[in-house]
Amino acid sequence: MSETITLEVLRYHPETDSEPHFRSYTVPYKDEWVVLDALNHIKDNLDATLSYRWSCHMAVCGSCGMMINNEPKLSCHAFLRDYRGGVIRVEPLDHFPIERDLVIVMDSFMDKLSGVKPYLIPKEDRPLAEGEYLQSPAELNTFHRYTQCINCVLCYAACPQIGLNEDFVGPAALALAHRYNLDSRDGGRDARAEVVASNEGVWECTFVGACSQVCPKQVDPAAAIQQIKISASVDWLKNLLTPGGYR
Amino acid sequence: MSRRPYVRKVERSWWLRRPRYVLYMIRELTSLFVGLYCALLVVGLVRLAQGPAPWDGFVAAFSSPLGVAVQLLCLVFAIYHSVTWFALTPKAMPLMMKGEPVPGAVIVGAHYVAWAAVSAIVLIGAGV
Amino acid sequence: MARSNKPILWLPFAGGGLVAALIMPVLILITGVLVPLGVLHLHYETIAAVAHNPVGKLVLLGALALPAWHAAHRLRMTAHDLGLGGGIFVKAGCYGTAGLLTFTAALALILI
Ligand code: SF4
Ligand code: FES
Repeated sequence: MSETITLEVLRYHPETDSEPHFRSYTVPYKDEWVVLDALNHIKDNLDATLSYRWSCHMAVCGSCGMMINNEPKLSCHAFLRDYRGGVIRVEPLDHFPIERDLVIVMDSFMDKLSGVKPYLIPKEDRPLAEGEYLQSPAELNTFHRYTQCINCVLCYAACPQIGLNEDFVGPAALALAHRYNLDSRDGGRDARAEVVASNEGVWECTFVGACSQVCPKQVDPAAAIQQIKISASVDWLKNLLTPGGYR
Repeated sequence: MSRRPYVRKVERSWWLRRPRYVLYMIRELTSLFVGLYCALLVVGLVRLAQGPAPWDGFVAAFSSPLGVAVQLLCLVFAIYHSVTWFALTPKAMPLMMKGEPVPGAVIVGAHYVAWAAVSAIVLIGAGV
Repeated sequence: MARSNKPILWLPFAGGGLVAALIMPVLILITGVLVPLGVLHLHYETIAAVAHNPVGKLVLLGALALPAWHAAHRLRMTAHDLGLGGGIFVKAGCYGTAGLLTFTAALALILI
């Protein structure tokens, strides 16, 4: 008999289950398979009712995040060979409500993301005729890594502060806010600060650093958040010393 | 199909679930020992203000077996605090030079140099 | 939402964390290891001279108060992490202790 591997998958059906429970599936083991391939095998051959999200199968779309052996991972990026000889536990991402099986409810994240105004707010309005906003490679370098986010929310699943306070704006949204704050063409830092530097913004972070460790795109949200803390503190000091500051 | 999203509760013992959380909790609890040692030093300062005899008594208490044991415990956590604090500095204070980021190891290294320098100055000041 | 006043707590936390990281190990090495071993002696006259000097007073106050505020803030956040609540008792206990230590240290330094 050829080699197999066992997956324990957390199942939850909102209409028939009062709470989630694990189901075991045995699938063929292949060196080149990732956990997502195993789930697809289950869906195609063993249990068509299994629900989960995926699209690109190449760590680009950000939709296939799951807890794999208690670690937030892209299931299209987690090779079976790294779990060979053991059991693979697959659960929906931590800190999000379960819609069904491995599908989470992401509405809270979407609201937080749009809340930080993640788009260019130009410093001055210029007529189109004046041409494009130029940016040097050095200027791009200051924020390039923060543009790499694919909104997979692995960082939210890794962050204990999200678990303790669901209103915390959280790593990916704050990293994206920082990305625009650092952009030489942007003038929206003050507008973003109303959310980013609020009590539910960077100040909920205790620099656990887990977000940056699990990020599949090396975005380093933890770094972005600490840098915002420093700049927000400088703003706060300036405001203290200048009458008629931001408040 | 009706929706009925299931919300999982975060347990109080969440920090025991993963090694990285345990390390984080140890890092945070260094504050207990940093605070304790600070408090002991403030007692020493009060003793100093009270005169030579109280001061000598304070130094003797600090050198007693109990005093040494407490301080060795503080030392372990203080060093853990220093190491973890310096390790995170490149994230909080990234530097750019000629449009390129300065490697994190350089920033951490600079903090270790400062650590060594401050320690040397204090030791020399104390009469080593 | 509005901008937070947290920097008033975070700035001493961050500053104190750096100060503690730089000086605390060597201080403990002196008071907890070298002095008990007899390698060093903390004579009253030497230490009192430092505490008499205005610059010395400032350095001593900074070296004691900043790490105390660092520890207070971190402990409060950790209490929250442990599910002990961010209630008024935790806050008063942490920041109150740091405030008391700062006040006592300043008073002692003035009286010396
Ligand atoms: S910051 Fe990283 S982990 Fe977080 S959503 Fe973006 S890509 Fe995913
Ligand atoms: S399926 Fe697109 S990131 Fe995994």
